[in-house]
Amino acid sequence: MGIPISELPRHKTARIIELVGGHEFQRKLRNLGIREGKIVRILADQPFGGPVVIEVDGRATTIGRGMARGVLVEPVE
Amino acid sequence: MKKIVLMGNPNVGKSVVFSRLTGARVVSSNYPGTTVDYTHGRTCLGEEPYEIIDAPGTYSLAPTCKAEEVACDMFSEGDVVLNVIDATNLERNLLLTLELLETGKPLIIALNLWDEAKTTGISIDYHALSDLLGVPVIPTVALSGEGIKELVDNIGYARPGTRLDLTCDEEKWQKIGCIIKEVQKVRHRHPTPLDRLATASIRPVTGIPMAIGILLLLFWMVRFIGEGLITYIFNPLFDLYLPVITGFSDWLGPGILQELLIGRLFDGEIDFVQSLGLLTTGLYVPLAMVLPYIIAFYLMLALLEDSGYLPRLSTLSDTVFHRIGLHGYGIVPLFLGLGCNVPGVLATRNLETRKQRFIAATLVCISVPCMAQTAMIFGVLGPYGMGYIAIVFVTLLTVYLSTGLVLNRIMKGISPEICLEIPPYRIPEPGIIAKKTWMRIRAFLIEAIPYLFLGVLMVNVLYLVGFLDWIGALFAPVISGLLGLPPDAATALLAGFLRKDLAVGMLLPLGMTPQQLVIAITVLTIYFPCVATFAVLFRELGIRDLAKATAIMIGVSLLAGTLLKLILIGV
Ligand SMILES: Nc1nc2c(ncn2[C@@H]2O[C@H](COP(=O)(O)OP(=O)(O)OP(=O)(O)O)[C@@H](O)[C@H]2O)c(=O)[nH]1
Ligand SMILES: [Mg+2]
Repeated sequence: MGIPISELPRHKTARIIELVGGHEFQRKLRNLGIREGKIVRILADQPFGGPVVIEVDGRATTIGRGMARGVLVEPVE
Repeated sequence: MKKIVLMGNPNVGKSVVFSRLTGARVVSSNYPGTTVDYTHGRTCLGEEPYEIIDAPGTYSLAPTCKAEEVACDMFSEGDVVLNVIDATNLERNLLLTLELLETGKPLIIALNLWDEAKTTGISIDYHALSDLLGVPVIPTVALSGEGIKELVDNIGYARPGTRLDLTCDEEKWQKIGCIIKEVQKVRHRHPTPLDRLATASIRPVTGIPMAIGILLLLFWMVRFIGEGLITYIFNPLFDLYLPVITGFSDWLGPGILQELLIGRLFDGEIDFVQSLGLLTTGLYVPLAMVLPYIIAFYLMLALLEDSGYLPRLSTLSDTVFHRIGLHGYGIVPLFLGLGCNVPGVLATRNLETRKQRFIAATLVCISVPCMAQTAMIFGVLGPYGMGYIAIVFVTLLTVYLSTGLVLNRIMKGISPEICLEIPPYRIPEPGIIAKKTWMRIRAFLIEAIPYLFLGVLMVNVLYLVGFLDWIGALFAPVISGLLGLPPDAATALLAGFLRKDLAVGMLLPLGMTPQQLVIAITVLTIYFPCVATFAVLFRELGIRDLAKATAIMIGVSLLAGTLLKLILIGV
């Protein structure tokens, strides 16, 4: 069982295990390199329900909080 | 003639490659979504002439916004595909490459940003990559031109490549994983202080103060450079011009030609701002009042664009834009619109839904004054102090936000969340900055001067035939009754269809109080876009949405103008 990436503490790294959402949603994220098996890290977390900035393969991507809730991860050491 | 189309993910350097290949100038910037329309260019490869097409970036052949639709349309037009890929981001870029290979069109790959890949410790065996895909792969550094010659020499060898017969995305990603394992080595790199600064600029606690600082600095720089150019270059030039044109005016003597070319004389003297002649105001407004600020603004905009800061600003401001039915990318049409509304409206093509595009385009037209107009606002209101200028801009900001809030509520359709790639910071290349700034200044000169001449001419002719008095009388109930302005202000509003900078200048001879000027300028900004913007709005929105947008503009301008009058002048 994974946790949404939006709940991952900053600086913790994690592995993406599942993208929960519609077909379009999954495609959009995968096109940006955010997909199952990838190691991710939270770079920034905007307040008031704003977006989160995550890093995958050394590249930062901003995604809305709603989308971030659909990205399930498990923390790795 | 064979057509070569440039395809690739956003922000991989397609436009720079295009400029290198054709010598044609197109805008390139360090954020995804710079190119929103196609550009044709020509080049000779060996003996054979080719047509080359620069297209917007896309992540796949299934478009998710209008800009990507354009890219996919262009793809189907091309005979040969030049796939530009980002060497620092190979894995993600290969998805589109596989999709392109599947179509069976002849393909050649430019492995661009090769310099950055090297410095970030990524090495790619491009020979192996070429063997695996069955198409030529040429490493390039578009910025310096490295590898472009090899690219040109190899275009003839573009070929359909290996058919991989992958049915679903899952299989494609697996295949890409295998390819990456075979051809790419990444040396682990510890974060540098620069990386830490980069991260700090996107975290709210550190990023928001930085953003405020940067925006204030930019604003200050625009004023500093603009005023400097006026004081030390353009005004002295017009001081030299004054005796010449005065002599010419005396030689002409009173008559219709003097009226048209020189305009009205004040105590027998020419007044460059108020005379309203073709050779006086028609030259002075665009060259000495507006151009200096255009130069200053576009220089700063180019620095902002090429550094890669805009996507960070998008991220930090996303929450605000989300409330008005947009997302953080809305900052791009806003900033481009501050230069000229036309590219501002065009940039809305990067937004995903019709609702978002409508809101973004309408808001740009309603409350984003272009630089030409802003320059005139400073010129006209400046002598009364910054306070009055601040009232205009605070009003416009309020209008922007409140109109957005309302539109977001009442419009059907959805507003997807932000999903934006953040490019690395790059040090702007002086040559590119200079070229880009010059391109935009040239576009201003080519478009502004004819329209301004037309505007000045129209005002003069309409004045002579008495049409303007008639218009003034017709709109007096609104202009004077509602807004508290002299009836003659209607003339300026009319001229605003052609050029808003001219219209702001025309308010000066009316002898208004600063409060009246504030109202007139605000209404002038909101009520209607200039013809150039109107035409683009028509193309982008279609006739029905254009009609809606226009109704909103007129309604909001009257509302804002009336409220301002009640606040500033009283009942
Ligand atoms: N260091 C380096 N920078 C490059 C290279 N090629 C392009 N750039 C920079 O990368 C940024 C993006 O270039 P563009 O040509 O605008 O990219 P594009 O693919 O046309 O982008 P869109 O039109 O948004 O799809 C610009 O800031 C360029 O100066 C390169 O080979 N090396
Ligand atoms: Mg481009």
